[in-house]
Amino acid sequence: MNENAISLSSVSKSFGAFQALKSIDLSVAKGERIVICGPSGSGKSTLIRCINQLETHEAGEILVNGIKVGTEPKQLEAIRTQVGMVFQSFNLFPHLTILENCTLAPIWVKKLSKAAAEAKAMQLLERVRIPDQAHKRPSQLSGGQQQRVAIARALCMEPSVMLFDEPTSALDPEMVKEVLDVMLELASEGMTMLVVTHEMGFARQAADRVIFMDQGNILESGPPTEFFANPRHERTRLFLSQILH
Amino acid sequence: MQKLSSDAPGWNAVRSLVGSPFNAVLTVIFAVILFLALPPFLTWAVFDAAVFPAVPETCRTAAGACWSFIVAKHSQILFGIYPFDERWRPLLVCTLLIGLLVYSIRPSAWRARLAGFWIVALMLSWGLMRGGFAGLASVSTDNWGGLPVTLLLTVVAIGIGFPTGILLALARRSDLPVIRLLSTLFIELTRALPLLSILFIASIMLPLLVPEDLLPDKFSRAVIALTMFASAYLAEVVRGGLQALPKGQAEAAQALGLSYWQCQLKVILPQAIAVVIPALTNTIIVMIKNTSLVLVIGLFDLISSGKAALADPEWSSPSVEVYLFITAIYFTLCFGFSRFADRLEQRAKGPSHE
Ligand SMILES: Nc1ncnc2c1ncn2[C@@H]1O[C@H](COP(=O)(O)OP(=O)(O)OP(=O)(O)O)[C@@H](O)[C@H]1O
Ligand SMILES: [Mg+2]
Repeated sequence: MNENAISLSSVSKSFGAFQALKSIDLSVAKGERIVICGPSGSGKSTLIRCINQLETHEAGEILVNGIKVGTEPKQLEAIRTQVGMVFQSFNLFPHLTILENCTLAPIWVKKLSKAAAEAKAMQLLERVRIPDQAHKRPSQLSGGQQQRVAIARALCMEPSVMLFDEPTSALDPEMVKEVLDVMLELASEGMTMLVVTHEMGFARQAADRVIFMDQGNILESGPPTEFFANPRHERTRLFLSQILH
Repeated sequence: MQKLSSDAPGWNAVRSLVGSPFNAVLTVIFAVILFLALPPFLTWAVFDAAVFPAVPETCRTAAGACWSFIVAKHSQILFGIYPFDERWRPLLVCTLLIGLLVYSIRPSAWRARLAGFWIVALMLSWGLMRGGFAGLASVSTDNWGGLPVTLLLTVVAIGIGFPTGILLALARRSDLPVIRLLSTLFIELTRALPLLSILFIASIMLPLLVPEDLLPDKFSRAVIALTMFASAYLAEVVRGGLQALPKGQAEAAQALGLSYWQCQLKVILPQAIAVVIPALTNTIIVMIKNTSLVLVIGLFDLISSGKAALADPEWSSPSVEVYLFITAIYFTLCFGFSRFADRLEQRAKGPSHE
């Protein structure tokens, strides 16, 4: 049975009187790579933050690997060990070393031994090409290096789904590529990924599907070639013309 | 001017010694004060001072300080009205507590078992002071006095007040309205009352309201009052640190699957407390000195027992000497703590230099 990695049905979310998500339906197959784009305030962050319950939705149902997402501690733990997240502002823990950042959750949540957690962390730091920085603090690293550590930190929990919320928008232009390269590598290994980004090059190269959001709705969804060649909605066309030029 | 100052090596040497013109003025002012005050002080405190033999006659003839009084009465100043023959017990308690305080300064001592050491040390201290078992004469808390009282009040009020303050700070930011309300009420009420009135409530009003056999003794009531007071103030300092942290820290910890308590203990509190170390130090030093207020409810802390010692009619009441002696003890406690806090801050700030 080929069950979906993620499925959302009629998911709604409001902040006070403002409805940020309006009855969203979305299915993501295992191993699928999805890029989410759209104007500021359209609800992209809210959508992916509902998946790991950093925001709680008030209507509709979210399933991750067939497990229902909810606010019970058991449900939260189950979801969060399966779903990794990378933030725009890295959010590394500044009081810990790079290595400690990566081993904190495996040791305390997965109850791995320190040695096992460190071995795993070093392996992943190697994959994102910063093993030699393991004993530094985050503030001693460049933005690009910090974001790669953040990716490694999330991967240390061995998630089956990775969420990225504008992972390159806080970076200087010359560091964008090193982070995108790591994400491309991850995509080629078959990780299920939901990526909020305006990096259309990444979308063309790695995405199976591009989703365009506007005012809390999914306005358009399709393979990148189709999405960029003939967008169906006027809003999408306008948006694309703005970010591509 | 500017050019000259950066070129001339001699001028540079002066500059490095006194810094900016403002600092230079300060330096001169302090130099003058020292020059005027130090010689007469030294004459009084050292050259003209009387020490031995430690009898009243020595002081009558002395032109300077009368340290013989301190030598003769140190036991009464340090241990108050504690029965004379049993004073080895408070001495042992002070040695134990000060020894453990010094031991606790070293970062290598900060392990879970340190908390265990402290609990054992405090229970031992209580037992030794109180007596009434294993052949030790029973000494009621009304007869305790001096340094052990000050040390016990300080260590317990801060040792319990600090963790309680952290819990109160977390509760005040909780998502659960009832917990938030209770914590806010406690903090605001406690802070709205002067410590003196909390102590009076504990010592005078409680006995009127609570039946006698349920009432803890005066010392325990003072401990509770001081602990409440310390926890409310420390809670607000910690809350300041919690508010200074970006929301992304807690979100990243949650996204990794850490539970609420894991997130607080491993990610939030270490950072929140590190940013407020100077404010915490300040509050704790004030609390150390606040313990002296228990004299208003009739407990003999260090200052009260110093005053009591001065009442001896045989001596010429050398109060300046006694208060200097007590000042030196408070200074050692407070200055020692502030150096310790400085080291903590350096450690929290800098990258680890293993
Ligand atoms: N905690 C919150 N409280 C109130 N309103 C919020 C909150 N979080 C988001 N919103 C609102 O919900 C809407 C959607 O926000 P969201 O962050 O999902 O947008 P976005 O598409 O990610 O935008 P951006 O590209 O700027 O990151 C916005 O109008 C925002 O103002
Ligand atoms: Mg966003």
